[in-house]
Amino acid sequence: MTSISERRLEQRPPLEKIMDTVFLWAARISALAIAGVLIWIITLVFIQALPAIGQFGLGFLFKSTWNPVRDEYGILTPIYGTIVSSLIALLISVPIGLGVSIVLSEDYLPTQIQRILVFLVELLAAIPSVVYGLWGVFVLIPFLREITPLKGPSMLPAALILSVMILPTISAIARDALINVDIGVRQAAVGLGATRWETILLVILPAASSGIIGGIMLALGRALGETMAVTMLIGNSNQLNVSLFQPSNTISSLLANQFAEASGLQVSALMYAALVLAIITLVVNMLAQIVVTQLQKI
Amino acid sequence: MTSEFISEQFDPGSLKKNTKDPRTLFGLIMSGIAGTFMVMAIIPLIIILLYLLIQGISSISPSVFIELPPPPMVEGGGFGNALLGTVIMVSIGALISVPIGILAAIFLSEYSGGQIANWIRFATNVLSGVPSIIIGVFAFGAIVLTFKTYSAWAGGFALSILMLPIIIRTTEEALKLVPQEVRQASVGIGANDFQTVLFVVMPAAIPAILTGVTLAIARAAGDTAALLFTALFTQFWPNWENKLAEPTASLAVLVYNFAIVPFKNQQALAWAAAFILVLLVLLTSIISRLATSKRQF
Repeated sequence: MTSISERRLEQRPPLEKIMDTVFLWAARISALAIAGVLIWIITLVFIQALPAIGQFGLGFLFKSTWNPVRDEYGILTPIYGTIVSSLIALLISVPIGLGVSIVLSEDYLPTQIQRILVFLVELLAAIPSVVYGLWGVFVLIPFLREITPLKGPSMLPAALILSVMILPTISAIARDALINVDIGVRQAAVGLGATRWETILLVILPAASSGIIGGIMLALGRALGETMAVTMLIGNSNQLNVSLFQPSNTISSLLANQFAEASGLQVSALMYAALVLAIITLVVNMLAQIVVTQLQKI
Repeated sequence: MTSEFISEQFDPGSLKKNTKDPRTLFGLIMSGIAGTFMVMAIIPLIIILLYLLIQGISSISPSVFIELPPPPMVEGGGFGNALLGTVIMVSIGALISVPIGILAAIFLSEYSGGQIANWIRFATNVLSGVPSIIIGVFAFGAIVLTFKTYSAWAGGFALSILMLPIIIRTTEEALKLVPQEVRQASVGIGANDFQTVLFVVMPAAIPAILTGVTLAIARAAGDTAALLFTALFTQFWPNWENKLAEPTASLAVLVYNFAIVPFKNQQALAWAAAFILVLLVLLTSIISRLATSKRQF
């Protein structure tokens, strides 16, 4: 019987100790690499953009010329297009997404059907952007041409497709927030005599508001950076047009269209545009993350 | 006595739903609107899937998987090179992102519960929100400018950054689902930390981790913006002799390129390729649903 206690006193073989340390450090370095990549992305784009930043300064943001021949660049139109297309998309998909999240979090439908619908809405998020673009080119634009003064690719179809693409983000996160509202709160409201919709509008939605706002901001971040579908539908014109039926441009589609053929200062100007887009989306995403994490703490 | 008291004060008929009451009407209308929105959300999905099914199936034949893209106006041809290119670049992406992602998730769930973990989780979430076009720009600057050529490597590198956050998040979730007792049992019989993680915790979480990897692969295979100016596109087969350091075709970029040309034969190929991509997404989504619905513990 003494053998057990003797064996317990044996030290671990050095190889095992080394393995332990190596493994821990591999994990640690991999985790830090994630933060490193994020910093690397911003730094690299910034350094590449430096020549254009030096040349154009902040005026880059307020000029709408894009002339590779004379090397004059400004991204007023793409900034305008990025913001307007995203806002129109939000305008459409926020009410619809909230409606979906309410239907799928209340007890309207049997659980089985609810689960299938949740899956279908999530599937909308999984379809590749370029497939939406393809569908938009061959189905949506011809359809819109029949019923509106639309002539070809323009702001309207791009914003419509965007609204479909960001809908699942809003509805999924809003649904999570609605489900997480304490059941006691709902019972209290119903107990006081509130109808279903009085409970939803006056009690549940306010209680879930931070999650809903977080979801909307994540959707905004996605809309701002969405590239392929928008590039295929928006028409890529650098003329500033207010009409929804006229071609426009976004920062991401400017990049998608010009990057492969750019050279010299144009590359740097495109990097500058990418930097602007990266900063906008990073800020929106960080704020959204903070709002959503606050929610999880409650 | 109590029943008399109730009947005097209380009319049971008032408990019935009064359909003319404005509050009831308001509820009905709101339910109707919410239901309409639900239908409106599903309609685009159904229309898109239907179109893909009709257009895709009619353009698919066995030859599209093995032949090269045709020039304009020439019948036949396929996207064999794009299919192979996608497989190559997604594999490169997975080879980079799977080990790093799983190790990072292990760090988050097994080694660190503190502030650092929260920061890294935050960074992961922010990284997953970075538009893929920005990742494309980044890979262009980091790889294409350094090696002075578009390549499958640059494309794979860009895809790996897209895949990382998905893999980290799903792996961490999977590891968290493994009960603490399993770890305690392992340590209790004398296992080292890395033995516990590699031989006890990981095997228990493997199905969910594989699901995450599959989802990441599906996402990467469908992504176009990250490949547009890292891998570019070509009409030819990937060149192994040149160690893939050449423009490489991919299904996603093929859909984009052929959707914006006026040639019917190339458009048909775009639909076929889009059909393949969506089929991949559909299958992985359903498989991941089935895999995660069965809990290990």
